[in-house]
Amino acid sequence: MSTMTLGRAINTGLRAAMDADPKVVLMGEDIGTLGGVFRITDGLKKDFGATRVIDTPLAESGIMGTAVGLAFRGYRPVVEIQFDGFIYPAFDQIVSQVAKMHYRTRGAVNMPLTIRVPFGGGIGSPEHHSESPEAYFTHTSGLRVVSVSNPQDAYTMIRQAIASDDPVLYFEPKRRYHVKGEVQETLDGALPLGRARVVAEGTDVTLVTYGPLVMTAADAAIAASDEGVSVEVIDLRSLSPVDYATVEASVRKTGRLVITHEAGKSGGVGAEISASITERCFDYLEHAPVRVTGFDIPYPPSKLEHHHLPDLDRILDGVDRALRRPNSLSNFPAAHSTSATALEGAGL
Amino acid sequence: MHTPVRPPHETGATAAGPYVQLVRPDGSRVASSYDHWVEDVDPDQLRSLYEDMVVIRRIDTEATALQRQGELGLWPPLLGQEAAQIGSARTLRDSDFVFGSYRENGVAWCRGVDPESLMRVWRGNAAAGWDPATVNMAPAQVIIGAQALHAAGYGMGVVTDGTDDAVITYFGDGATSQGDVNEAMVFAASFHAPVVFFCSNNQWAISEPVGLQAQVPIANRAPGFGIPSVRVDGNDVLAVMAVTREALDRARSGGGPSFIEAVTYRMGPHTTADDPTRYRDAAELEEWRAKDPISRVEALLRAEGLFTDEFGTAVAARADAVAAELRSSCISMPPPPALDIFAHVYAEPNSWLENQQEEYARYLAMYGTADDAGHPVQVHGTDPVGSASTGPREAGDRA
Ligand SMILES: Cc1ncc(C[n+]2csc(CCOP(=O)(O)OP(=O)(O)O)c2C)c(N)n1
Repeated sequence: MSTMTLGRAINTGLRAAMDADPKVVLMGEDIGTLGGVFRITDGLKKDFGATRVIDTPLAESGIMGTAVGLAFRGYRPVVEIQFDGFIYPAFDQIVSQVAKMHYRTRGAVNMPLTIRVPFGGGIGSPEHHSESPEAYFTHTSGLRVVSVSNPQDAYTMIRQAIASDDPVLYFEPKRRYHVKGEVQETLDGALPLGRARVVAEGTDVTLVTYGPLVMTAADAAIAASDEGVSVEVIDLRSLSPVDYATVEASVRKTGRLVITHEAGKSGGVGAEISASITERCFDYLEHAPVRVTGFDIPYPPSKLEHHHLPDLDRILDGVDRALRRPNSLSNFPAAHSTSATALEGAGL
Repeated sequence: MHTPVRPPHETGATAAGPYVQLVRPDGSRVASSYDHWVEDVDPDQLRSLYEDMVVIRRIDTEATALQRQGELGLWPPLLGQEAAQIGSARTLRDSDFVFGSYRENGVAWCRGVDPESLMRVWRGNAAAGWDPATVNMAPAQVIIGAQALHAAGYGMGVVTDGTDDAVITYFGDGATSQGDVNEAMVFAASFHAPVVFFCSNNQWAISEPVGLQAQVPIANRAPGFGIPSVRVDGNDVLAVMAVTREALDRARSGGGPSFIEAVTYRMGPHTTADDPTRYRDAAELEEWRAKDPISRVEALLRAEGLFTDEFGTAVAARADAVAAELRSSCISMPPPPALDIFAHVYAEPNSWLENQQEEYARYLAMYGTADDAGHPVQVHGTDPVGSASTGPREAGDRA
């Protein structure tokens, strides 16, 4: 057991996976000599050499497509995408090739790729450096999608992702790279990759999140408890598949669901969970599921990002909505729904 | 079984080769078949090229300082690349169009972008710094290589319109590995688009040396697409001007696309977030310092008796004045109003987004009198709830 940052935990997990299996190779832009722009692969090229820690040409489609070829050859590539917004040039290879190869070959070929993506905002970056593209991938069959929120999970889940015979999108909350915690460097007794974790127990509202907002949600639960509201916080950890058993058990107990993420609302992970939990727990719900998310806008310039990102106050406002306590939309719902209908009626 | 070989770029092979040069690093002239492209450059023009280069270097150092002082989120320095930017940009007509990357701040300056607009993006106030139509230059492009395709498409439009406008697109050596840049060359060649592909080969793509992107000179790639190319000393402003004029002339006269590889050097970090000492030899920097593009023009001017003390002082004063304006417009730029985040997502009304904006305006009115930075939150448009507000929430402050 040792104390380390979330970033260092990923580095330690990568090192352990490379030690354990010579077929594990890392690929990406600037990951070798520089150790990656976030230093997540720091020191690995020095110790494992340039054929196992591959500084690639500057081409994401090229990186992903050659990783597919390496997988055909029996390797387990771990690909780093430098920033969330740069995954799109590789999108075609991921959704058309990586995700479908196993299915197309009726199981003859595995694509044990791990695709590491630093994601999310809150670090004051320019365009394309703060996005939350996870829903594009949860919508694609054949991919597993996970996101970590603390050093222990970062370590365990990178090792599990690399060991998985399925392709795994591994989303790293870049604004939490420096969060410190205790890490047990073993997989014994670890939660399986697809399981959610109850971060804080509660009885009034279930608050579901993942990645960068897990810490914010935990803080919101503490603030709510000062007001006498008991919030159960769930870290999904896996976004595809979602561990509905854990979320469902919690909602049956609390009767209320709030989901929060940085990504935009429409077609997001929250929409999927809201629909699925409504299907599964309709009779237990005291209020419609509430989503507290980023807006349906391109990620805004850094001087405005704090308006876009859900923070403790906005999450608590969502909790208040689920509890029908006074909130920003009190006295608003009637006007709110008519204005929407009026607009649709006007053909807009 | 063979022993694993080190990748070629690890063995020191680099994509080097001969290039067009008109002025040596010591300021002496080289006779070249390109001389006629710059024979009209008179002493005044030469002095003004020098001035441009000094001014954009000063802009660059001021912006770097502003970033270090927390006034800018990030800055991508162009230190060392002044000749490539000025030599090419001063060759353009107003009606030509530019598609650059994030590093072409010197080109933007030549297009007439004012200091405030230059700062807007890097301060984090906006995604684009200027209206492209006013300066005929697209906003800075962060996605590596994407702009090359935009240039090809714009050029296709020029062909259809039958004018003699030209298009220039700037990108780095790293960008030549992207599909977009290669696809752009396919399109431009197929449609005879009047596009100048200008590769600023500054030897590095963050930590990656050019040898990782190309095993032969980058300029050798274009002929495979049917595009004539030239390699030029990118630290020689006259040589850059000469090859760009040739390429623009080809574009205007129906000769289609051209490719220029300007061999230069990024003397500073990749951006202010980068630490080049982790991957780059100090000796390499010193080697390039001796080829500095500004001292080269100064040496040329001196050799020809065109550099007086008064001239040197006047240029320095002009550069300082621009830097002062840059600083004051940067630090006096207030953060944009909160609800700006909803503006211009669509050109036409969108009911989903209007709902979200309305809800957030309510939220701000109820919970937020101040944003994180302590600036008053401005809710514009129709304020649905009036001004009742409680300020940022603290645990336990409500019934
Ligand atoms: C598609 C994409 N991938 C990765 C990045 C991250 N990135 C920004 S600049 C850069 C290096 C670019 O090098 P080069 O093309 O040589 O241009 P230079 O910065 O040297 O001018 C990288 C990898 C990006 N902006 N876009």
